[in-house]
Amino acid sequence: MSEIVIRCTDLIKMYGNVAALKGINLELEKGKIIGLLGPNGSGKTTLIKLICGLLTPTSGDVEVMDMKIGVETKKIVSYLPDRNYIPEKMTVSQAVNLFADFYEDFDRLKAERMFAELGIQSNLVFKNMSKGTREKAQLVLVMSRNAQVYILDEPIAGVDPAAREFILNTIISNYNPESTLIISTHLIADIENVLEDIIFIKDGNIEMHKSVDEIREENGMSVDETFREVFRC
Amino acid sequence: MSWNISNDRPVYIQLVEELTMRIVSGVYKPGERIDSVRDFAQQAKVNPNTMQKALAEIERNGLVYSQRTAGKFVTEDKKIIEKARKSIATAELETFMLKMKKLGYNKETVLSFISDAKENNNE
Repeated sequence: MSEIVIRCTDLIKMYGNVAALKGINLELEKGKIIGLLGPNGSGKTTLIKLICGLLTPTSGDVEVMDMKIGVETKKIVSYLPDRNYIPEKMTVSQAVNLFADFYEDFDRLKAERMFAELGIQSNLVFKNMSKGTREKAQLVLVMSRNAQVYILDEPIAGVDPAAREFILNTIISNYNPESTLIISTHLIADIENVLEDIIFIKDGNIEMHKSVDEIREENGMSVDETFREVFRC
Repeated sequence: MSWNISNDRPVYIQLVEELTMRIVSGVYKPGERIDSVRDFAQQAKVNPNTMQKALAEIERNGLVYSQRTAGKFVTEDKKIIEKARKSIATAELETFMLKMKKLGYNKETVLSFISDAKENNNE
């Protein structure tokens, strides 16, 4: 069997009295591109933040490569948050330096090459970037790490179709079979061909964890349509 | 050349069909080296693992063979290609006949339709 990269055991996260995750059990295999899908407020970002160590569980466990979340797991997890997190005043080359300083596995040449391909100048300040450019720039930084696990939280929200295509291409061409990639989104139709497995999350519970082809075979419809069925309002 | 991957059927099956079609119709010639998994995945915008699985299936069918370091090549065995061509034709014919039956035509009528049909002069 394949190696388990991420394991959640009876994972619960409460925000005050509100349960964001209600006891999640999950095992994610190495070498896959996995879609984390669910409506707004279903717990996607909470789960991601627990895996990245930005939140601590109320109870239960999260492990990355059989390790408790901590410095060692952060070294091998490359995370793209769902918001702008590079300081506004920074230039592209300053951000590259920051990443090179911070992460042992950062590949500077790769980042510089990708920025050049995109025509993003190294002296461009993040504040002056359009939304799509900023999204692309952050993705370049995150994908330029040689990590074991990449977690992309809403990487394609709010960018135009051409930029979306670039992002998908970047994901496919940088993907290496030794690493695992988790993408959270609700724009399913755009990326479902790229995904291998999908996880539907609903009200803090895992509703479904299957391969894309299984879903299509069993239901005779796309993941996107299945999503609409499962989450019918 | 575009890959039309629809959303309602397993990606893997569609990739196998498309690759087979390309070999059978001579887009990839016998003995020709084909693109790598990564290149194909990028062209079709699909998961490289799924593309890998599809290519492995084509290889199992004998349409393609791997040479350790040089990559994958289309078979030079014309019989295997002919067999694949035939099986696509058979499947297409089955769907066609089923549709005609639904429309209420018997085989004789269908045959007369076919002989009356104009040839496509695209060639």
